[in-house]
Amino acid sequence: MMPILAPTSEAALAEAVAQAARDATPLTILGAGSKAAMLRPVAAEQRLSTAMLDGIVLHAPAELVLAARAGTRLCRIEEALAASGQHLIAEPPALGSLLARATGMAPNDAMDDEATLGGTVAANLSGPRRVAWGAMRDHVIGVRAVNGTGEVIRSGGRVLKNVTGLDLCKLLAGSHGTLAVMTEITLKVLPAPEASATLILPGLDPDAAVAALSAALGSPFGVSGAAWLPDLAGDAGEGPAALVRIEDFAASVAYRSEKLAAQLGVPGTRIVVDAPSRALWRGVRDAEALAVREGEAIWRVSVRPSAGPAAYRAIVAAGGHGFLDWGGGLIWVAGPASLALHAAVEQAARQAGGVWMVLAAPDALRRQVAVIPPEAPALARLSARVKAAFDPEAILNPGRMRDERAEAA
Amino acid sequence: MIRQPQPKQEILARRTALLAELAPMLPPDGLITEELRLRPYETDGLSAYRQPPLAVALPETTEQVAAILRFCHRNAIRVVPRGAGTSLSGGALPMADALVIGLMRMNRILSIDYADRLAVVQAGVTNIGITNAVAAQGFFYAPDPSSQLACMIGGNVNMNSGGAHCLKYGVTANNLLGLKIVTIEGDILEIGGAHLDAAGYDWLGLLTGSEGQLAIVTEVTVRILRSPEGARAMLAAFKANAVAGACVDAIIASGIIPVALEFMDRPAIHACEAFAHAGYPLDAEAMLIIEVEGSVAEQDALLDRIRAICERFDPISLKVSNSVAESQAIWKGRKGAFGAVGRISPDYLCMDGTIPTSRLPEVLERIGAMSARYGLQVANIFHAGDGNLHPLIMFDANDPASFHKAETFGADILKLCVEVGGCLTGEHGVGVEKRDLMGVQFSETDLDQQRRIKSAFDSRWLLNPAKVFPLGPLADAGEAAVAA
Ligand SMILES: Cc1cc2nc3c(=O)[nH]c(=O)nc-3n(C[C@H](O)[C@H](O)[C@H](O)COP(=O)(O)OP(=O)(O)OC[C@H]3O[C@@H](n4cnc5c(N)ncnc54)[C@H](O)[C@@H]3O)c2cc1C
Repeated sequence: MMPILAPTSEAALAEAVAQAARDATPLTILGAGSKAAMLRPVAAEQRLSTAMLDGIVLHAPAELVLAARAGTRLCRIEEALAASGQHLIAEPPALGSLLARATGMAPNDAMDDEATLGGTVAANLSGPRRVAWGAMRDHVIGVRAVNGTGEVIRSGGRVLKNVTGLDLCKLLAGSHGTLAVMTEITLKVLPAPEASATLILPGLDPDAAVAALSAALGSPFGVSGAAWLPDLAGDAGEGPAALVRIEDFAASVAYRSEKLAAQLGVPGTRIVVDAPSRALWRGVRDAEALAVREGEAIWRVSVRPSAGPAAYRAIVAAGGHGFLDWGGGLIWVAGPASLALHAAVEQAARQAGGVWMVLAAPDALRRQVAVIPPEAPALARLSARVKAAFDPEAILNPGRMRDERAEAA
Repeated sequence: MIRQPQPKQEILARRTALLAELAPMLPPDGLITEELRLRPYETDGLSAYRQPPLAVALPETTEQVAAILRFCHRNAIRVVPRGAGTSLSGGALPMADALVIGLMRMNRILSIDYADRLAVVQAGVTNIGITNAVAAQGFFYAPDPSSQLACMIGGNVNMNSGGAHCLKYGVTANNLLGLKIVTIEGDILEIGGAHLDAAGYDWLGLLTGSEGQLAIVTEVTVRILRSPEGARAMLAAFKANAVAGACVDAIIASGIIPVALEFMDRPAIHACEAFAHAGYPLDAEAMLIIEVEGSVAEQDALLDRIRAICERFDPISLKVSNSVAESQAIWKGRKGAFGAVGRISPDYLCMDGTIPTSRLPEVLERIGAMSARYGLQVANIFHAGDGNLHPLIMFDANDPASFHKAETFGADILKLCVEVGGCLTGEHGVGVEKRDLMGVQFSETDLDQQRRIKSAFDSRWLLNPAKVFPLGPLADAGEAAVAA
């Protein structure tokens, strides 16, 4: 394998990309590489990493902003924020060990600490709080990046409200390194809530659960997490349960969780607070309930919440297993890495008017399938033009999101 | 004065024939061509600039929008999309050779889904219209620009508008799920939908705030939220801007994010008090309006905490509302701020920069010095939690020299915002107003990247030309600007 290029400055990274553009050498863009199993394998031997662009460059707690170089590990950022009582609003998951397990590697806890800020933003990965407080991309208020010709470009800034020019922050978030290599990212952050409570609503099937979650999310109590697990882990014999989270000052959390539990009126409801509540949501965030077996593929399907139960049942009928987050709108799926199960996932997502994403699968499968939904022809033409507007030589992560050759044909 | 490009003579020469071809694509009364009826469309919220358009088209369906755009594209006719025309940056200012496409007749709410907490509405539905439609069920649409009675969701999407409550609930971009758009080539595209987050590129994020540069929006899927149990405001007045600023920092540092946190300086307090008689303290240099939400007990707890913090900053007065009526009284002056300034001076420019909140005292001091230098009064209103500063510069529109000074003063303020680490516009958009200042915030490389994206959507630069991007040397908005 070719050595990984890991420039130690933005200028050096820009020069490396410019050189690759001149030579028409395609590049695999990575942070720590913890998400290599996501989407499609990149058709580029030369790897370019942001891992050496490390460090927090600004944290102004009173202004609710933090900026860090793209290669900074997410766990470092979380630690720095926690030291001043703040947190990452979108609660991005740590998927290192989950993805490793799916690709047949022996997982260990250290893998969960590898993810970099750049990779997390490039994948627009958000956790349970997304349903109430927005996605990772919603809190990216500034980026510096190197486009496919080696130019350093900037968008946004370090202030919370900014509508100056086109918003490239959101476009680059979720573009999986195919438009530009982000070198520095500025985020909006918030105070971490003082207390956390979880309502555990036992015994609900997906339909009843999503009805309860919708009622909870449609209540005035500021619900910040709404999930359903087919089997509440750690509590043998408990069976399925819906989880509803409230986070705020302790007195508010106590008042609202009691009141909401009474309003939902699900028999056997229990309320857990603080450490056990936080542990539950960490599990939901990192998809621990997915219980991925070695060599299985993993999908994420996003649909309107009320369509979640039917989509989930269709996927289970096809041999998948999983759970629901985002009030029923996010279906986490694991199962045999087969064309048949992928087709069922695709079909369920389409039927519900939603989207799917292959989060991890063996190369053979992810080369063969559409890892994200194909775009309508007119939109695909726009996509190709926008891609060329950033990366005219098509050297950045070729093939990562789509098989461009197949779709062009 | 901001320079606009020359109209295309060949379009003006062919006006009659072009409009005759266009008319059958629209409902019988959907094409406005008479000079007198074009008047209402000659300007927007930046009323110092006026220019009647070639004509105004008022389509009623997405398909009509597509047919018109296809026609305009084929004939290289410039297009200016328009909602309610409340833009404060001249975003909807016409050109003599441009067809205005007004979305106001597309004003239907198509569906509301409380279980999935979303509404699908046409682009010409007003901002308040969405909240009104869902209020009976206890829901609301969160972004609440002060212009919400008039402005339309299509305009809000294109400006990425904010409101007094966006500190907690976010701006327009954070409250959208999907769009139906029409490209200049006449393609109808669905972006997003009823689900969260795109699997591919975030077109929704790119289109939001694109100021009519990329496509015309005809339908919008918005998130609706359940209203809180209640809300209550308090007022705190201080001896100096720096003290009020430090108090804001202390509130945020305590872990409280109020739903609104508004700052007014001395001239703003005086203007609003004279107008609204809200009981604002006239001896204060700075005043905060702070609003919290929740049950009455939760409101009490939060307001107690905030009051204790304010007391550490030696306030001149503290007034905690005890009722909805008292909260309304506290808000009354702030909400009438534009009208209040309008009473002191019939003409004012409403600026809209953002600064890092820690730089507020210094920025206000320097704006004060500029005010003295230019001989023009200024009142400052500030969304203190998120750093969005609205200086209202008062001038006399009957005196061209006064207007010129006001524009230069405004530009100096925006340059100052960028200098201290902020930006040219927090919510009103670039439009024509700040177009020529873009080079202060962005390098040519940054701008060229944005221009190439514009070209990817609109290769002939027909959509809302001469806005957002500085003109090329020949004042020719178009591909030349990209190639150069
Ligand atoms: C008194 C007053 C108070 C205001 N307060 C606020 C405030 O608190 N917060 C805030 O953010 N703004 C505020 N504004 C500014 C303004 O109201 C917003 O920018 C608003 O979103 C504009 O909506 P509109 O329907 O009037 O759009 P217009 O002014 O008609 O158009 C705005 C821009 O969007 C484009 N556009 C409009 N509709 C479409 C469409 N369907 N497809 C494509 N492009 C389109 C236009 O070409 C133009 O560039 C205020 C304005 C006034 C006059």
